[in-house]
Amino acid sequence: MNTATLTDSALETAYDLECSNIHKSFGSVRAVDDVSFTIPKGSFFSILGPSGCGKTTLMRMIAGFEDPTSGDIQIKGKSVLNTPPNKRNVKMVFQHLALFPMMNVYENIAYGLRCVGTDKAEIDRKVKDVLDRIALPDVANREIHQLSGGQKQRIAIARCMVMDPDVLLLDEPLGALDLKLREAMKIELKLLQHQFNTTFIYITHDQSEALVMSDHVAIMNEGRFEQIGRPEDLYHNPQTSFVAGFVGDSNRWAGRVVAEDASGFRLETDAGLVMTSVRAVGQRISAGQNVSIFVRPEFIKARKTSTPSADGGENSLQGRVDSVLFNGANSRVLVRGPVGELIEADVVVTGGADDLRAGDDVTLEWSAAQTMCFAA
Amino acid sequence: MQSDIKRLSLILLFAPFALWIALLIILPHMGMVVLSLREKVAPRVYEFGFGNYIDFINEPIYWNTLLRTGSMSILVTFLALLIGFPIAYYIAKIAGKRSRGALFLLCLIPLWVSDLIRAFGWILLLRETGVISTFLIRIGLIDQPIEFLYNDITVVIGLVYTVILFMIVPLVSTLDGMDNAMIEAGYNLGGNGFTVLRRIIVPYAMPGIVSGCIVVFMMTAGSYLTPILLGGKNSSWFTEQIYDQFITRFNWESGAAFGFLLLAFTSVVVWIGLRLTGQTLANTVAKS
Amino acid sequence: MKHKTKITGLMAAMLLTTASFAQAETLRLLTWGSYAPEELVQKFEERYPDIDVEVTFSNNEEMIAKLRATGGAGFDLAQPSHDRIHAAQMEYDIYKPLDLSKIDTSVMEASHLEGVKANTTIDGEVYAVPHQWGTSGLMANKAVAPDFKGWGDLCDPQYQGKTSMRLKRTILLGTAFSMGHDPFAAYSDLDKYQQILDEVAEKLIECKANIKAYWKGGDDLSAMMLSGEIVASETWDSTAYKLYGQNKDIVFVPPATGALAWIDTFALPRKGKADDAAYKWINFVLEPENVTIMSGSTGAIAAVKGGLELLPEDKRNAVTAAFTDADIANLKFFANIPAGVEDMEGKTLEKIKAATGG
Repeated sequence: MNTATLTDSALETAYDLECSNIHKSFGSVRAVDDVSFTIPKGSFFSILGPSGCGKTTLMRMIAGFEDPTSGDIQIKGKSVLNTPPNKRNVKMVFQHLALFPMMNVYENIAYGLRCVGTDKAEIDRKVKDVLDRIALPDVANREIHQLSGGQKQRIAIARCMVMDPDVLLLDEPLGALDLKLREAMKIELKLLQHQFNTTFIYITHDQSEALVMSDHVAIMNEGRFEQIGRPEDLYHNPQTSFVAGFVGDSNRWAGRVVAEDASGFRLETDAGLVMTSVRAVGQRISAGQNVSIFVRPEFIKARKTSTPSADGGENSLQGRVDSVLFNGANSRVLVRGPVGELIEADVVVTGGADDLRAGDDVTLEWSAAQTMCFAA
Repeated sequence: MQSDIKRLSLILLFAPFALWIALLIILPHMGMVVLSLREKVAPRVYEFGFGNYIDFINEPIYWNTLLRTGSMSILVTFLALLIGFPIAYYIAKIAGKRSRGALFLLCLIPLWVSDLIRAFGWILLLRETGVISTFLIRIGLIDQPIEFLYNDITVVIGLVYTVILFMIVPLVSTLDGMDNAMIEAGYNLGGNGFTVLRRIIVPYAMPGIVSGCIVVFMMTAGSYLTPILLGGKNSSWFTEQIYDQFITRFNWESGAAFGFLLLAFTSVVVWIGLRLTGQTLANTVAKS
Repeated sequence: MKHKTKITGLMAAMLLTTASFAQAETLRLLTWGSYAPEELVQKFEERYPDIDVEVTFSNNEEMIAKLRATGGAGFDLAQPSHDRIHAAQMEYDIYKPLDLSKIDTSVMEASHLEGVKANTTIDGEVYAVPHQWGTSGLMANKAVAPDFKGWGDLCDPQYQGKTSMRLKRTILLGTAFSMGHDPFAAYSDLDKYQQILDEVAEKLIECKANIKAYWKGGDDLSAMMLSGEIVASETWDSTAYKLYGQNKDIVFVPPATGALAWIDTFALPRKGKADDAAYKWINFVLEPENVTIMSGSTGAIAAVKGGLELLPEDKRNAVTAAFTDADIANLKFFANIPAGVEDMEGKTLEKIKAATGG
């Protein structure tokens, strides 16, 4: 939270990167369609989207490997459209890292410094310094193939950071790692970003990577930015049904608005479930309109129908437990609802007698504020 | 039982290869060495000795020809690399998937005709009354026909043309295995085109470069028809020397010695080349 | 049981095939390009249906090398030149004596027959009989080089860059003759011969600048001559006759010191397996109408009585345009090459090739 406020205060003064109205077409295919955004200094910014949404193309344009069809890219307030990639102070960590296998660690890191003509003593000092900062002080003379996956990751970042870039681009660099290491690297990346205090732009299709690490996330779909915001905003206040569906898990129904009043709507799914929602700011839907309805499982309370009602919520459904998906703290039940469809709800499985079991009759309850609906 | 069968099938699988090596490579070379160590003292009378090798050392014409063959082969190898590398790079990295096959095929076409026909093709083009000379007169660039044939430059051109494919193939296969991101990373970190070529592409392609060079050098030094047919009055080639010893002079003993010397010489050159580039046979020729 | 019948059937089939192999004899000819025209081979196979003719084209040196490699096996009839038999037989023992009673020697020109016999008799056994003869000499384009007549003219500065030769032993011998030596006589005194060779080498190295290129085969020689890139060259007579057919200005020029004459012979490789078929081929190709077919293909004159008349008309015209009776009388037949001469000549040729004369 602390960094967020810091970046907020910097927001008015300086942007490290500013993209305005960027278009990119390959033949008749529009890969990037009118994208504009600004990234404040020193923040961790993620572009999250499914594969093929244009996020890699966007990143390659920032790095200079592609030219936008129209629009402008400014780094530190200066347009870089006519700057070749090797003259932009934007460094990139590639998806498969692209470390140079014929050079050792030292040479990999020194490569960029040599390119700009840094003298030898300075190179020695900087390489040693950056290796210390990524906590790998002793690997300078190792060959690349002798490093572990996580070490390679850090060397790839060090290789860029030693150049002191204005912006560091990271193209799904965690994709190739196994799950455990990926979890560890998420935290590590975030820490590294803090340490270097450089603007990171991180591209991923993995929402958890984006949500955990980022100060701001842009959700990209079919060449457009659907929404830019803090992770918690995107999660709790999605602006479009794509964002609501893409970020986090949801129960999703197609339905329509049966009634509206000042406070909210009365919705009915195509299958016949009825629920209420609260009118969000600026929401423009009206009675009779078709909508997509989302309810996150963690906001649905599931209790045995036999136990007395607690403070449930405006919405309530009767059902029967179809199966229990045990996953520690993230355990979930699949409930067969009154019209036969499956609804997911998070539960706490303690291992005691009170736990829900398949076949139990349950009541599902959630508040109207947790029902999200968007024009379909 | 199971392992016996496995071993037997392994032996059976390996046998043809071992036989091939033994019968076609090791035996003939041993025969050559033995033959080269025989000195002819009278008709049908031979003695063991190093006379044939001593003859070679004592006759400057012989070792001059060998050195000439060696240095021209190195030149041909270098030119083949210089011309072949951009072609290979284009095929592996720039050409589209579909045109890549066509380009590769285009490189293969010269192999469809024999050495002899290819050499005659060059002769038709380059001779005094040939296509190029006539064309230059026709467009008024020169007023006397020029003889392009029968000199060392022609030999070099002909040889480069003959062997360049064997440079391109290993280069394409190594460059093909190179992640494009590596090149982009090279630029991204501040390298210009030359730096990226020198520090990243060439070192990465080194195994392919070395293996292509070895093959091309060996083929060039061992080629016969092209230097003979395109060469001029002074263009002697060591294989011609070997042929003369074997065939026109009936001197198999010295021919064998020459053959062995050529093998030794080219091996030494290759060894020095490997040393200078810090490569080994295992990670170059064996890989590509 | 079923297996057994299968196996017996297979064996029977194998026996049959071997039997049929045994019946058809194969005559494996080792000879010069054009010395076995398809027409004659077919005619021969029609007359002797059990004989298959297999032809391998080669030249003097390769014939000897091939036979040497196998100790005289792999071929049933070879056709080396008369001067290349004696030494090769002494050195490598690759031929077997001929049974002259099986050859119709009566049709052969007596002088050639006796000459070849004299050259190829070892321990009283005859190893070869003549087949065709021809010459090596010069050719010139009379339209531009009307006065061309001797070996030495190849080095005449007025033909600067317009002459050619083959860098083989023929030019060494021709040049020696033109310098007033008799190299064949010097064969008996190899020191003297070496002296001659040294002089010849000096002359030819000096001459190098005058030469356009050394030709390597009939094709490149023909191309240079027809295109006018050269106006005169050392040549085989058959090549000159062929060019005469295309350009009447290009004629064979017997050098003033005498054209060098060779006789290609018939000889039996030591381990040949089809001697009878070989004798049949020898007699067959010496029949008058076959001689004409053969000479039409080779451009050489058969060593039979009236061989010149049996040439096809165009070839006969070319020969009569080139030779006077005096030229024929002046022919220098290649003498038997004694052991060691090939090495001496080889070294001389290398010296000339390696010299940077231009």
